[in-house]
Amino acid sequence: MTDLPTSRIDLKAVLHSSAPTVAKDDHSEGMSYLQSVPRRIVTLYLPLAIIVVVLLFPFYWMALTSVKPDEQLLDLDKYNPFWTWNPTFKHFHKLLFESYYPYWLWNTMYVAVCATVLSIVASVFAAYAIVRLRYKGANLVGGLIFLAYLVPPSILFIPLATVVYQYGLFDSPLALILTYPTILIPFSTWLLMGYFKTIPFELEECALIDGASRWQILVKIVVPLAIPGLISAFIFCFTLCWNEFIYALTFLQSTSNKTVPVAIVNEFVDGDIYRWGSLMAGALAGSLPLVILYAFFVEHYVSAMTGAVKE
Amino acid sequence: MADVAIPRAKPQMSEAGAWAQLKHNRNWLGFWFMVPAMVFLIFFLAYPLGLGIWLSFTDTRIGRVGHFIATENYEWLWDDSIFWLSVFNTLLYTFVASAFKFGIGLYLALLLNEHMPFKAMLRAMVLIPFIVPTVLSALAFWWIFDSQFSIISWSLKQLGLISQNINFLGDTTWARICVIFANIWRGVPFVAITLLAGLQTVSPSLYEAATLDGATRWQNFRYITYPLLTPIIAVVMTFSVLFTFTDFQLIWAMTRGGPVNATHLMATLSYQRAIIAGQLGEGAAISSAMIPFLLAAIMVSWFGLQRRKWQQGENND
Repeated sequence: MTDLPTSRIDLKAVLHSSAPTVAKDDHSEGMSYLQSVPRRIVTLYLPLAIIVVVLLFPFYWMALTSVKPDEQLLDLDKYNPFWTWNPTFKHFHKLLFESYYPYWLWNTMYVAVCATVLSIVASVFAAYAIVRLRYKGANLVGGLIFLAYLVPPSILFIPLATVVYQYGLFDSPLALILTYPTILIPFSTWLLMGYFKTIPFELEECALIDGASRWQILVKIVVPLAIPGLISAFIFCFTLCWNEFIYALTFLQSTSNKTVPVAIVNEFVDGDIYRWGSLMAGALAGSLPLVILYAFFVEHYVSAMTGAVKE
Repeated sequence: MADVAIPRAKPQMSEAGAWAQLKHNRNWLGFWFMVPAMVFLIFFLAYPLGLGIWLSFTDTRIGRVGHFIATENYEWLWDDSIFWLSVFNTLLYTFVASAFKFGIGLYLALLLNEHMPFKAMLRAMVLIPFIVPTVLSALAFWWIFDSQFSIISWSLKQLGLISQNINFLGDTTWARICVIFANIWRGVPFVAITLLAGLQTVSPSLYEAATLDGATRWQNFRYITYPLLTPIIAVVMTFSVLFTFTDFQLIWAMTRGGPVNATHLMATLSYQRAIIAGQLGEGAAISSAMIPFLLAAIMVSWFGLQRRKWQQGENND
């Protein structure tokens, strides 16, 4: 077990390969004298600023709309539409106390957590078996799982709707908890396979010689060393669940059972001309949990996203 | 490979009893470990995939068991102009959006790869459109592209560029432009951040050597960056094309296929026919018609991966 600390450092180095490296800094210092400040403003800062503003503007607009009083929302000429001096929380109040929004938020969270946990457990076993047990046909199964990742929900929702109906799961959160793993398992298995490959094989050999079973190796050596990978997989899966739309739209019917994305699209879109405030408040409240989660785990998130593509 | 050490244990195991075999034989162990994942993937992915193709050959409706009607659904679709319009829309949407996503994404990745203050924060901010659920940001776009209170129309009017509000989501051409724009907006961060990860693996000494030899910035990009990035570009763009082609939620939240079916994609049309109109068989035929396109994209991905293997040598795991 004395090998553990060193291998942990190795793993960290691998993990942070997406972060700026020492060589990168050398590069910027070594070549930067070739660029003058005005040139950098035109070729770098200006285009970057434009792109970032365009990427973030919809969120600014969403947040602004959700706190604007109704009369300012629709009267663009009397008030400057880009700012408001008297923000109101009326729309949020309406959302939280006069609609099913808390239920929808709870449903979304419940479904996302359950489906993610189920998928991660299944993926840990599958990835370990493919990478380290190397049973007959492991490579073939690995390839098939990659193919499964490429099967989109849009071609599965019709037959799945009939399956869900047959199993009596229609309009129950269980329908989503059981179908979301088909999206999540291929992704997280593929990601975890990459992480497990970075764990030195010698650790397992030592444990095998000391008489550890495969189960003990997995639980006591592989999983603790792959914690960063597990966090990445968890966060990414959670985001995918939260974002999922077509299954939730097809399999759920009663208002109180819906998830946030489906509910907002279906329940808030009525003829009311003043609906925009509460609509945007709902969209903002539905995005915030993910953005907060993301803010804490940016590195993990990025490594999950790039890891799945690189492997 | 270090893995060779494990099979050595096998000959002794094979002499043990059947129960020990189940516990220690690599193939059996592998099987037990695969069970949870396989149960999900077989019951909720492989089986529905087959069932979907079967449904497309039946006249199933919601609440009624269907009968086999051979290729009647497909013949019906062949003469259906709305179906062909949706195929056209899907291809247009995929190609235009993917091309822009690639161009802007690569450009953004190159910009973010430069040394500058607040680099980490900028990168984190760029990814936000990818984190926020598509439907919710699509709603924000719906509001931005509103026919009466659009902030874009208002700004352009203030600038004196137009005199009338633009009917963004009510006009067929504008509606297409708007949904494609929203899709590009959502896809660019993914392309940019994954390509950025690829860019960071390119050794800076290559650029230094090339610059000493008198290479321009364009030549640096064309003969160093681009060839080294090709494998990752192939994979990222396959994913991007695949997810754009099968997109559903963005369209459904913004236009629901309207105006006059101008933004109906194959996915939204199949939802409308299968779930809203109840014609499960016909809807399944539309979604099955997507499979050949997806297979083509997967082949591209596969060859992209092969090429990457070849570039880095076989032992890259």
